[in-house]
Amino acid sequence: MIDRQAIRAQAAIVGVADAASATGELDGSIRALEVAMIREALDDAGLDAADVDGVFSCLGSFMASVELAEYLGLQPVWTDSTQTGGSSFEVLAEHAALAIATGQCEVAVIVYAATPRSSFKAGTGGFGGAAARAALAGAVTPMVEWELPFGMRQPMGAYALAASRHMATYGTTSEQLAEIAVSTRRWAAMNPRARLQEPITVDDVLASPIEASPLRKLDCCLVTDGAGAVVMTSAARARDLRKPPVYVLGTGTSHTHAMISEMPDLTVTAGAVSGPRAFQMAGISPADVDVVELYDSFTITVLLALEDLGFCPKGEGGAFVADGKLGPGGTLPANTNGGGLAYTHPGMYGMFLMVEAARQLRGESGPRQVPGAQIAVAHGCGGVLSATSTLVLGTEATR
Amino acid sequence: MPDAEPTTASAARASTSTGDAVSETARRTRFEPPMSTAGAPFWAATREQRLVLPWCVSCHRPHWFPREVCPHCWRPGIEWRPSDGLGTVYAASTMPKPAMPMLADRVPYVVALVELDDGVRMMTNIVGMDPDSVTVGRAVQVGWEALSDGRHLPVFTSRT
Repeated sequence: MIDRQAIRAQAAIVGVADAASATGELDGSIRALEVAMIREALDDAGLDAADVDGVFSCLGSFMASVELAEYLGLQPVWTDSTQTGGSSFEVLAEHAALAIATGQCEVAVIVYAATPRSSFKAGTGGFGGAAARAALAGAVTPMVEWELPFGMRQPMGAYALAASRHMATYGTTSEQLAEIAVSTRRWAAMNPRARLQEPITVDDVLASPIEASPLRKLDCCLVTDGAGAVVMTSAARARDLRKPPVYVLGTGTSHTHAMISEMPDLTVTAGAVSGPRAFQMAGISPADVDVVELYDSFTITVLLALEDLGFCPKGEGGAFVADGKLGPGGTLPANTNGGGLAYTHPGMYGMFLMVEAARQLRGESGPRQVPGAQIAVAHGCGGVLSATSTLVLGTEATR
Repeated sequence: MPDAEPTTASAARASTSTGDAVSETARRTRFEPPMSTAGAPFWAATREQRLVLPWCVSCHRPHWFPREVCPHCWRPGIEWRPSDGLGTVYAASTMPKPAMPMLADRVPYVVALVELDDGVRMMTNIVGMDPDSVTVGRAVQVGWEALSDGRHLPVFTSRT
């Protein structure tokens, strides 16, 4: 049997691409965006379409990766359509690292594109709740039967319930949650593609309208178009490619529930399992991390991740973020592209966590660059605080 | 009695049914849930405003939501035991905007997870209370809101 530790640094991210705009909109169909991202990420790596033998995607009508490969005229030897919500891309990267490390495929492509903002404006869809769509289709799912009748706004209501519990249990305040939005916006101010670049204050967050108490509008992520792709290959091959390899040092995934009403403890996510597993595999501790990209569907999502991954003790996340340490110049730079709160959020944000983490480790982040970043964490959280997946990424120096 | 209001108001709405499907739909102020096989005994009891919960006959533990097997031991035998409908608010959020248009007249309304004394937690609404007074840990009891087909939806209100 292969030990988890044996997978450490055997695979690397070698190509990345992402697309987003300050208007929140992108031109082109989802397939066209996916192909553009794949080509851009392959070019970033110095690889060609003919090199790809593993295909990883999670959105399609039924067989996501099979439909994508057909569109691309690709006949891969490794395929993966795993869907865990917004953390799908970290899960897919974990699976790709495993497949590459064990010789199942050599060049893996992971891709994502979604255009909820354009679709909504065109009247052809958008961001409706999955449960409401299922109900309209006549489905009898647990969510339709046991949650939908009570009118919880999705998805913000689920996160609001978690925030209410965290506040009642640990005394966390709206002001503390607001600090996360303020720090994130400071990063976004340095990203010309970010949807929201104007600086904000805690008072601005508190003055924004309640969406589902205690969460306000500025505690919530954007709804934008966006796309991205990541190319991975073996450590051996990575060294000969165009850009410095970003090694996958550690991975971990877990999930606790699908519906928020089934979450065992609303103050503890599966990150309390996926995080330590990833750190253990990487052989590091949270103190060794230079930059974190934490799924920020809502401010509370970040706060719970900080606690669950061990950057601070459970219950102390509010005080931990209150000094602005997540922002530029802080001791734990977080969501350095402006995050889902201010850069882009097309519904499943996890792709952008990996792309930004890789760029930080390559030193490509321009004014947002965290000086000397050697170890980054990309931590996805999908569903309604349901499924987390943690990647620890590192440079040649930390391999 | 604070829990009387939702029952009465909804019953009044439902009791004016003429059997006309279109106008009936128009009057509904709730999404009325479909029934799963596993949930059918629960919904049947709500017709008499009785709260029943699924318990495993093998490991003798309750669970929520209703399943055809016990989520603790994966065995299939389920028995339905009455609950006194007492519990506490585990988490709560007030909706200033409706999640769906038919709830527009209710805003602001409270969505909560209530932990029943029986040992299960369910999503529900807290009714008949000022939303600001619905705090985590608050003692609540079940009340019933009539659905158009004779079933009732379990909602919770301040414990008397």
